[in-house]
Amino acid sequence: MELVHDHLKATTENLKTDELLINMGPQHPSTHGVLRVVITTDGEIVKKSVPELGYLHRCFEKHSEAVDWSAVTPYVDRLDYLASMNNAMGYAIAVEKMLELEVPRRAEYIRVIIAELQRIGSHLMSFGTYGLDMGAFTAFMYGFRDREMILDIFEAISGARLLYNYMWIGGTYRDITPEIVKSIKDFLVYFKPKVEEYNNLLTYNKIFVERTKDIGVIDLKTCFDYGLTGVMLRGAGYKWDLRKDLPYSIYPEVQFDVPVGTGQMGTLGDCWDRHMVRMREMQESIKIVEQLIDGIPEGPHRGKVGKVIKVPAGEHYSRTECPRGELAFYLVSDGSGKPFRVKCKSPCFMNIATLDDISRGVMVADLVATIGSLDIVLGEVDR
Amino acid sequence: MTFDEVLTKLQSQFTSNVILGKDDTKPDASIKVDASKIHDITKYLRDELKFETLSCISGVDFPALPAYAVVYHFFSFTHKLMLPIKVLLPRQDGVSVQSIVDLFKAANWLERETYDMLGVTFTGHPDHRRILCPEDWEGFPLRKDYKTPDYYNGMPVPLFFEEEGTAPSGGTH
Repeated sequence: MELVHDHLKATTENLKTDELLINMGPQHPSTHGVLRVVITTDGEIVKKSVPELGYLHRCFEKHSEAVDWSAVTPYVDRLDYLASMNNAMGYAIAVEKMLELEVPRRAEYIRVIIAELQRIGSHLMSFGTYGLDMGAFTAFMYGFRDREMILDIFEAISGARLLYNYMWIGGTYRDITPEIVKSIKDFLVYFKPKVEEYNNLLTYNKIFVERTKDIGVIDLKTCFDYGLTGVMLRGAGYKWDLRKDLPYSIYPEVQFDVPVGTGQMGTLGDCWDRHMVRMREMQESIKIVEQLIDGIPEGPHRGKVGKVIKVPAGEHYSRTECPRGELAFYLVSDGSGKPFRVKCKSPCFMNIATLDDISRGVMVADLVATIGSLDIVLGEVDR
Repeated sequence: MTFDEVLTKLQSQFTSNVILGKDDTKPDASIKVDASKIHDITKYLRDELKFETLSCISGVDFPALPAYAVVYHFFSFTHKLMLPIKVLLPRQDGVSVQSIVDLFKAANWLERETYDMLGVTFTGHPDHRRILCPEDWEGFPLRKDYKTPDYYNGMPVPLFFEEEGTAPSGGTH
């Protein structure tokens, strides 16, 4: 035994290693879309990882300048295609602020209910694919099974399953019916115990914990430096949620907690913490929907908006809390019927920018764990 | 701390040819500053006035002024205040503004995107290249007078806009 050990030692001392440049992606199951990461590796150790973007670039901002204000909504849907409702709601709120438009109470209720359902759907997707990244296939199937029910509700309400064009400026596209309210209630009853079950299945799984703890640590300083928001910020232990701290819509009227990372399994702000924040956010979203679903007021579902929306000249920077962080729109209007400039600040764009900093010196397999925990959607990164 | 207090503080810290005054647009007003001092101003905002994060950098083309504007949105968790700082540059090729990457790492990709889309260069940027468009792409798409090239490396570029002011005419998304 001694002899073998000495032999190995001698080999590692004499062995010459070269750095190797590896392309991960753009077609790779673990990069969650068409992301290409150029990795410099020393054996199994990642020395440097540079994300290369643009494979899904559609120049959404240029498109927006050619159409009128309401026709931007379908483009906005296509940014973060796993949370279209939240995106479109963010855009609608930004334009309504410039129009100084009051949205009917009924529309606000419908919007928040739908947005929170979408948040659950998006986090379920994150939960499933993250499990898949870590080699747990069951989580993927469970996540998709439950997300399917949310998609069915959205199909009934908007006619589409992925890109809804539902959150219109001034309200919603269609009204909510008693049948849809019932199906949402049924879903809540079904889904409420599931989060705990999934935690037992995946979150507290020994293998999963070993793979994700102390990996990809993002501390608070990094968060501020990189302008990170949403789950990244909360995973680092900072209690900040736009829905709570700078509330919009009817969020001030509902009770919910803001889950933060605690460093329960290892370091504060590691991959496990971020995963856990997502799981607990699903429970909070259930709470919000439960509080609202029985009290939807009567009235119109869309405010008085003209056929052609003319936004007065001005500038506005508006942020909303999307599943992946704070989605911001910087709108400039020159008073004509079309947007002069629509700048979208996507949270994923900021999140993936940290990759090189947080993944130096880890194993290649841990890089996969880190990318998974950032929960990026390339439609939003590349726009 | 409110927007006006920040403006007063900035005006007492810097001279009037650095802080050019308030741009009173609705509903958000912004502070116009001189391009050559953006690094100092950012440092002052971060270290003295507790603006911990850079939320966004946007490039806007204003042919009517005429100017290229670079708009910085700083956010302070302490004051819960979003502060837009606007830099107006002459509307011509090769204009540049100081990079603030050494103060906020978030600026790295945001400045690259602004260069990619508007053609404004950032002096002192450690990795100054395009980010979303291919590296050999010609022109800067978000300029108002941008013409989509007919060909890119011998491949025809699908036309989304038939003529100025009409809706997109199909093509792939």
